[in-house]
This record gives sequence, structure tokens and C-alpha cells, in this order.
Amino acid sequence: MNPDASTIAAGAPIEVDLSPVAEGQDIKVFWRGKPIYISHRTKKQIDEARAVNVASLPDPETDEARVKSGHEQWLVVIGICTHLGCIPIAHEGNYDGFFCPCHGSQYDSSGRIRQGPAPANLPVPPYQFVSDTKIQIG
Amino acid sequence: MSGPSDYQPSNPALQWLERRLPILGLMHSSFVVYPTPRNLNYWWTFGAILSFMLGMQILTGVILAMHYTPHADLAFKSVELIVRDVNYGWLLRNMHACGASMFFFAVYVHMLRGLYYGSYKEPREVLWILGVIIYLLMMATGFMGYVLPWGQMSFWGATVITNLFSAIPYFGESIVTLLWGGYSVGNPTLNRFFSLHYLLPFLIAGVVVLHVWALHVAGQNNPDGVEPKTEKDTVPFTPHATIKDGFGVACFLLLYAWFIFYMPNYLGDADNYIPANPGVTPPHIVPEWYYLPFYAILRSIPNKLAGVIGMFSAIIILCFLPWLDAAKTRSSKYRPLAKQFFWIFVVVCILLGYLGAQPPEGIYVIAGRVLTVCYFAYFLIVLPLLARIERPRPVPNSISEAILAKGGKAVASVAVMLVAAGALFLGSMQDARASEGSDKPPGNKWSFSGPFGKYDRGALQRGLKVYKEVCASCHGLSYIAFRNLAEAGGPGYSVAQAAAFASEYKVKDGPNDAGDMFERPGRPADYFPSPFPNEQAARAANGGAAPPDLSLITKARSYGRGFPWFIFDFFTQYQEQGPDYVSAVLQGFDDHVPEGVTIPEGSYYNKYFPGHAIKMPKPLSDGQVTYDDGSPTTVAQYAKDVTTFLMWTAEPHMEARKRLGFQVFVFLILFAGLMYFTKKKVWADSH
Repeated sequence: MNPDASTIAAGAPIEVDLSPVAEGQDIKVFWRGKPIYISHRTKKQIDEARAVNVASLPDPETDEARVKSGHEQWLVVIGICTHLGCIPIAHEGNYDGFFCPCHGSQYDSSGRIRQGPAPANLPVPPYQFVSDTKIQIG
Repeated sequence: MSGPSDYQPSNPALQWLERRLPILGLMHSSFVVYPTPRNLNYWWTFGAILSFMLGMQILTGVILAMHYTPHADLAFKSVELIVRDVNYGWLLRNMHACGASMFFFAVYVHMLRGLYYGSYKEPREVLWILGVIIYLLMMATGFMGYVLPWGQMSFWGATVITNLFSAIPYFGESIVTLLWGGYSVGNPTLNRFFSLHYLLPFLIAGVVVLHVWALHVAGQNNPDGVEPKTEKDTVPFTPHATIKDGFGVACFLLLYAWFIFYMPNYLGDADNYIPANPGVTPPHIVPEWYYLPFYAILRSIPNKLAGVIGMFSAIIILCFLPWLDAAKTRSSKYRPLAKQFFWIFVVVCILLGYLGAQPPEGIYVIAGRVLTVCYFAYFLIVLPLLARIERPRPVPNSISEAILAKGGKAVASVAVMLVAAGALFLGSMQDARASEGSDKPPGNKWSFSGPFGKYDRGALQRGLKVYKEVCASCHGLSYIAFRNLAEAGGPGYSVAQAAAFASEYKVKDGPNDAGDMFERPGRPADYFPSPFPNEQAARAANGGAAPPDLSLITKARSYGRGFPWFIFDFFTQYQEQGPDYVSAVLQGFDDHVPEGVTIPEGSYYNKYFPGHAIKMPKPLSDGQVTYDDGSPTTVAQYAKDVTTFLMWTAEPHMEARKRLGFQVFVFLILFAGLMYFTKKKVWADSH
């Protein structure tokens, strides 16, 4: 009952061109049926994410560990709430990040859980930069 | 099932069969001469009611499966086509969907009856555990069945529930992948749920056979909890129990028919009339009402894994009930303390169900935690403790002695409490949407409301004109074919008029022999063409918000009625939340934006739209559409007409439903009456 061959093939890595995404904007792409948020963060959002005392977070993780160095403005996360799987809304909530409408979990501009019932941060999918304006997810 | 039978058929052919397969003897000993305690009350008819419901669900389900397509792209549409085009498809679907709720309602009564009268105690432990297994199978079946229509609530319910298994350490993720058959809930998930939803009911039927077998070995418990001793304590199953069960089933059918014919969407969720969309989460994900108490337990425990364990142990704990409650006296009738705690437990369950439908915030979370503790305390503390400290009243020596001393006041008060509790519980789902906070749409007088409601033909025809001239430029009507315009219960056009109406449209067809697509005039069998080729085009042309298809809009929109209105709604058959909302939104535009509301660029203020910022500009203005029949050409009239038309597009067979409902009610009332008097006659010598 594991995924069949065509499902696995359809889940192969995808390339996303980042050049049309302006600063402060984000796009949602689907990979393996999951929504992936790619945010072009503003300076303010990056600073906010880095100013937090990491030890005070429910799921401690530094912003540096969640983005690729040299590409700090890009945040790539799987947009599935770690509580019960709803899709959070970008640019909402009190932390300049994501807000889940189902049970009120709030994530910051690094996709880390800050408030609400979710147990963990939004997961970062496997990805790398192919060029400065293109990433490969998967 | 109670030992060898001395049954001898008189017909030689049956004797031949009986010597080779003693099936008639088995039936005879199990369901004819089987001795049943003579003091059973009507709570014991729920066993028969449940068998009846299982048969009903399997029968309607098999026929529905003949017309259903288990594919992510086609499932939603195939369910709509069942309702619209299959002969009596609307009836089959309503029977199956409401049947699930009725099945669970009956099983809860059956379980609480067992709890109250101590039916799980020695020697009936295995019987009870088999019942818990049936209940678990029912929950799995019900959940997978709810996924099949592939609406928003189906999809997101499946996502939330399958994600529960990811809480299991180490194996969690692999289990979830096995359930999904992919990387998220999708077509493989739908396919395997369909397969299992077809399989599990037959497993249930198998366990039911074991359940009845165990019952007939141990014998039935009874309200006094003393075993039958002499022949005077029992009556033969047929005719006494069969006729009594028949009357119980007839009464239960009255309630069932009320839902099927008059309130088919009362227990459902409006969001499930929106096709599944993996990119949009509904604001409140609420399971079906029968899972709500367990959902509340899940959410009140802050740790995810602990929450899942808590939820499952709330059911598994029932298996250990025979050993947790060590009291010698079976029936709570003779246990003054146990009786009170039982009712407290019932209230706790109902309140948990209510909380399961509420958003998990503030006071609801705290209340949920307190009630979760109460739920488990009943099993782990109260029952073991009562067995030690309670001094039960003396039980009668025999059933016949108990009947002589009978006082019948308890049953009535219990019935009243249960009906009130049930109504509160059933409706708690509706309350979930009460917290949206936007202004409530004003009620309207609709020609189609109430048990004898009919569509106003004039309003349908005018509404079609408004749709064609105004709405159709952005909104599709993709489930409606031109032929529907000439069907009974619709706008009342002739077949020729519908054909003429269709020919005004250009419909894309092809490919022709040269391989090209071409346009031709519409035919009655064609569906209303949509204004945009796909959702992305619609979204791009309308500033990012795709105009929804209007075929089902009056059933896909709703608003919270709140406590206590949802209880009254059940009795007054109010189910026009959707039309009230649609009509209110059409009239709710206002250029003057109240203070404290900010409307983003490109949106418009609407008093009744949730959040007040709507992308649709004011669609209707006075005098915009000309009417030939002299009706006023005002926005209010347009809104009323087009809403009536859209109610018809959402439910084209509503008039047939209500007409058949009336006939069924007349029949059922007469039938129940006859059953009652027959029962009285049969039991005349036994009381």
C-alpha cells in the first residue's frame, strides 16, 4: 500500500525560478501535493527572526539554520501546520510570518512556532540553489 | 444458537434440507422460541433498530456504489449526479448520509443502556467487548464514508485524522504514508478509503453475528439485572419480542424520515458542498457530530502524542469496564449512587461533544480539560470506588416478582432527558460556525420553506433571467443542464422552450473529422457553459478571487445559528441559512464604510460577507433587468428571485422530496399505530 511508481515519479524534484518574486512577496508552489511557501523576506523580517532569543522558543532553532547562507532573504518552508495539517496563511498573525486559521497557531518570519497548539516549526523541505535566482526543491 | 433444536419442519422438502443443514432449526431456536426476559423495556429494542440500520446502510450503500466514481477529479461531481440524475438518487443519498447519523445515535443509546443496566457484567464480558469492536469498526467506516463525497470537509477531515497517526513515535510517518498512498491526501487515498468503506460494513455484519451468538449463549440482561429462573420469567422471542422490536423500529423510522425528507443537511456541514481544494483550508474543521466528544478529548491535551493516546484510550477503556466495575448488583435501578453518577457521565459526554464543535480557545480549553478528567475519572475512580462503598438496595428474587412491584415513572423522565440531551448534542455542530462574528443575515419568507414548500415558478423564471443577464458574466452554473429547465419541480418551461433557450448558447464540441474543436448551438443535454475555461483564468480576470460556481452556492454557504436556535430549527424545519445568506450578501453592499473597518484596494464593503471585504463589486442595481410580468425591478426583488433560482439549482428535487416525505409520514404513523395495538394484544397476557 506504499505509493506506486507513478506517484513517486510525480514527486521528483522541481525547479522554481525566483526572479519574479519581489521583496516582501511570497509564492506558493505545490510539490508532492504539499504547498511550499517561498518568501522573499524584507530586511525587517530577517532582523526580527534573528533578534529572538532562541532558547525562549517552543522548538528552538536559529534562523541561520533554516535558510541557506548567502541567500538569507529566501525562506522556503512546507506550508502545513505541524498541529493537524491545515495550511497557514502567509503575512498574517502577530509575528510577521504565518497564521493557521484552524486552531490559531502563529509562526514567525522564519516559520518557527511562536504561539498556539502546534508542537514544531514549519519544516524546511530539502532544497538547494541551482543559481542565484533558481532553486531546486527535492 | 442456544443448543440443539427439536424443531421439525412439516414440509418434506424442508425436512430433507433440515437433515443436511439444520439452518431452520437454528433460526427457530434463535429467533422464535428463544426465551427473552419478560421485563425488558423499550431501551432493549435498540438492538433490533441497529440491525435494521446496518441492513439499510449496506443496501443503500451498494446501490450508491453502482453510481459513484472514486476518483479525486470526479467523485464530487458523481455524487451530485447521483442526487440530480439517478432515479430517486436524492433519496438514496439522504438515506445513506442521515442513516450514518441515525446508526450512531442508536448505538450510543444502546451502549448507554448497557452501561446503566450493567449488561457488561459476568457472564457477558465477551458480548460487551464484541460490541466495543463493532463500535470501533463503525467509527472507521463512518470516517471513510465521509471522505467519499470529496468536499472540503471530507478532504480536510481526512487530512486532520490521518495526521493523528503521525504522532506515533518512529513509525508514525510511515503509517501516514501507507494511509495516503502518496505524499499527501489525494487520489490514492480516496481509492483505498472507498475500498475499505465497502469492506468494513461486512466485517461489522460478521462481528454482529458473533455479538448475537454471545448474547444467545449468555442470555439477555434485563432492567432488574436478575437472571431468569423459571419459565414464568420469560416469554418466547416470537411473537413478543419481534412485535415489540417492530414497534420500536417504526418509531425510530419516524425520526429517521424527519431527517431524510425534511432536514437532510441539518447534520452535515455546508463546506462539504464545496469541492475539495488542497490549497484552501476551511476556517473550522469539525468532524461529524458522533466523533465530537473524542475530538474534544484530543484537543484538550496540549501534547500531540498524549492527545492521540487520550482519544483512543477513551474508547479502549470501555473494553475493561467489566473489570473496573466490580459491583455485584447489575442494574443501576438498585444502585442509588451509581445511578446519579451515570447521569453525570451522560452530561459530561454531551458537554464534551459541545466543546468538540467549539474553537479551541480561552474558556473552552479549560472546560475541555476538566471534562476530560471527569470522563476518565468515571471509569478509573468512580466505578471501582462505588463497588466498595455503595450499599445497593435489595434486588428482587425473580423477574416475575419485579414485575409485580413495578413502577413506571423512571422511563418517562429518562426519555425526556435523553431527547433534550440528544437535541442539544446533535445541533452543537451548527454552533461551531456561530463565532464568525459578522452580522447575521435577516430571515426571509421563502416559498420553498417548511414541510409543504414549493418553488415559486415566476420567481424561478425571473431568477434565471437575472442569472443570465448579470451573474453569468462571471459565475458558472456547471451542474445545470438546459434540459433541467423543463423538468418537473423546476421553472416550468416546456421541452421546446428549454431547447430554444439552449440554442441561444454556443457550446464547444469536437474534435471533428479534421481533428479541430468547433462551436455549435447548445442542445438540451448540454450544461450551462462556464464563463472562464479554468479556475486560474477566473482568478486572474477577477483580481485574485475566483468567482465560485453558483450551482450549489445556497447549500455551500451558511452562517451560525447559535444556541438555542439550532434546537428550534430542528423542530421548525428551518434550513434556509444558505438562501438567507446569499440574498443578504446581494443586498449588503454599502458605499459608506463604517468606522473601524478597512477595505483593501480592489475590494468592496459588504455588511454580511465574513470579514466585510468582498472582491465582487455591487452586482445589482434598480432597473437593471427588465421583467415582463410586472414584478418590481428593484434590487430586493432581484435578490429574492435569483436566490430562489439558485436554491432550485442546488436542490432540483426538493418538491419531490417534500411530497414523498408527507406520504411516508402518513404511512409510518399508521404503521406505528397498528404495530402498537398488535403489540398490546400480543402482550396482553404477559404483563
